[in-house]
Amino acid sequence: MPPAPPSGARQIWRRLRGRPAALTGGVVIVLLVLIAAGAPLLAAIEGQDTTSYHPGLVDSASGGVPLGHFGGISGSHWLGVEPGTGRDLFARLVYGARVSLGVAIGATILQVLIGVAFGLAAGLGSRWVDSLLSRVTDVFVVMPALILAIALLAVVPGSFPRPVLLTLVLGFLAWGGFAKIVRAQVLTQKSLDYVAASRLAGSSPWRTARRELLPALVAPVLTYAAITLPTNIVSEAGLSFLGIGVTPPTPSWGQMLSSATTWYQADSSYVLLPAVLLFVTVLAFTVFADGIRTALDPRAASRLRVGTRAGRRGAGTADSAATPADAASGIPGPADPRGGGAA
Amino acid sequence: MTGLPAFLVRRFLQAVLVLLVLAAVLYAVFYIAPGDAARLACGPKCSTAQVAQIRGQMGLDDPVYLQFWHFLQGIVTGHTYSTGTGSLHCPAPCLGQSYRTGELVTHLIAEKLPATASLALGAMVLWLVIGVGTGLLSALRRGGITERLLTGFTLVGVATPVFITGILLLLVFCSWLQWLPYPSYVSLTDDPQQWAWNLLLPWLALALVEAAKYARLTRSSMLETLAEDHIRTFRAYGVGEGAVVRRHALRGALTPVIALSALDLGTMFGGALLTETLFGIPGLGQQLVQSVQLKDLPVVVGIVLVMGLAVVLANAVADVLYALADRRVVLA
Repeated sequence: MPPAPPSGARQIWRRLRGRPAALTGGVVIVLLVLIAAGAPLLAAIEGQDTTSYHPGLVDSASGGVPLGHFGGISGSHWLGVEPGTGRDLFARLVYGARVSLGVAIGATILQVLIGVAFGLAAGLGSRWVDSLLSRVTDVFVVMPALILAIALLAVVPGSFPRPVLLTLVLGFLAWGGFAKIVRAQVLTQKSLDYVAASRLAGSSPWRTARRELLPALVAPVLTYAAITLPTNIVSEAGLSFLGIGVTPPTPSWGQMLSSATTWYQADSSYVLLPAVLLFVTVLAFTVFADGIRTALDPRAASRLRVGTRAGRRGAGTADSAATPADAASGIPGPADPRGGGAA
Repeated sequence: MTGLPAFLVRRFLQAVLVLLVLAAVLYAVFYIAPGDAARLACGPKCSTAQVAQIRGQMGLDDPVYLQFWHFLQGIVTGHTYSTGTGSLHCPAPCLGQSYRTGELVTHLIAEKLPATASLALGAMVLWLVIGVGTGLLSALRRGGITERLLTGFTLVGVATPVFITGILLLLVFCSWLQWLPYPSYVSLTDDPQQWAWNLLLPWLALALVEAAKYARLTRSSMLETLAEDHIRTFRAYGVGEGAVVRRHALRGALTPVIALSALDLGTMFGGALLTETLFGIPGLGQQLVQSVQLKDLPVVVGIVLVMGLAVVLANAVADVLYALADRRVVLA
């Protein structure tokens, strides 16, 4: 019988504290969320917005390269302006953070909800229900989600708000991993004495699920969600990069990268800004997720004290076991937040 | 291995089911979508009567399930289209013809496959060399700077989407250093040297990202193998460390690496959408993105089916490779 998962935020915090990399990632994430939440305020302080054209700030003779150094950085345009249109880059970046993080977080929440519902139903239901739901899950796991997402995004009329659409599409297509994890966990827990005791004591299946099983699901689901979130950030950026996700004038980092590819020869700062931000964000989330995984894994936690090497080795082994199934799916695997099949 | 044939059959059925669902979903999605395929095919200048005629020829007046059935029939038996003046035969694995150009989808796919294959195979060679190399190195020289460097490299590689690596490579090697020309695809049969030269950056972009994953996998798998009992026995018999690694540990350690390569190659054969779009490589991925934007349903369905097939096949191959190399794995 595996030891009970660590309970309580305090314990997680104590374990995270020993990992400076994960903590740094956490701090960066908090900063990013603050930036995204405070985007209107930040843009107001700068005195710019995301949509106003500033044709006077770009050199129309050269096709629209920003005037001045480093993409037109000045006191009133802190990070310069967009080539061609002269839209303010600082405002677009901070508002883009809203879209990029919002879509990723929203999609992750949807994936968790759908995955947990499917996994619980499969794990608790009759054999017939289980095999039906598991087949459905398998189809979603093997399905090249990004490719289907492209098709869905292309046919929905442009009037539907793109960030919402992206959230829905990513959320409804890539929940298979959650369902599998939850089902496996439920099947394990179901055979344990304390769950049987609860049933024998007269609890309804629903009450058992809520009171006994759900708490045991928190750790694995949270870990997988932390790993999935950067994957969703990259998926949004990738789809927008292909010109199928968020489209101008709405800014997202992927959208900015997409329009930057036509400018990178003339104005490299325009490419670098969203690229660096995306990189830092995904790195922060990945490092933090790694920390969460170690903090929530009862086996890894005990190794932590012995030495980081053993802990890391444990993590590496878990990866190698998880990778084949995940990489096969065409959905980016948990340790692989780059858009797997769509690379 | 008695389980293998049964496993293969089950795997095959599952694959067919997934591909069917995929095709059906795409059909449904595009059928609901606004936009008239006949008008798309005919062009903006067509009269209503012409559009109606084309609708008839394309079978668009049939209910959607019948269209889907005809599509499935075409894959098995082929299909003959009437083009108004004559007829066009589409041989057995018929995936229909493009709404836009009238080209057979199978021809189109065959046309785009070499570019996609060039990208995938070249990138795989690079990522195996870089990934397995660094992974082995850090497994054999544990601790110290190599290990820390690898941890950093892995993290950065895993966290960098391929389009960012690609843009940075373009920026550094084409814009700033000007060591390489801006890539434009040249086919292998036209000019092998230019082919390789122009694909160098796309290969690198894909390989750097993939290599991180392989380095991590190789390292953990090597460490695991080296800790196994039979390796300890070899050492106890006095076999030298080099021979232990080369003759005995390597095979076991590289099994998961080979299985994962099979998987990734399958995924890549389905077209590396982002890489192809970024570097302008005329492969399946780029074609898919364009066809989706043009709502060219037959091309989209055809390419997605080929991509799905590649992934599903690779999946099965990887499982079999695993099972053959490691008898402890049970096929299910």
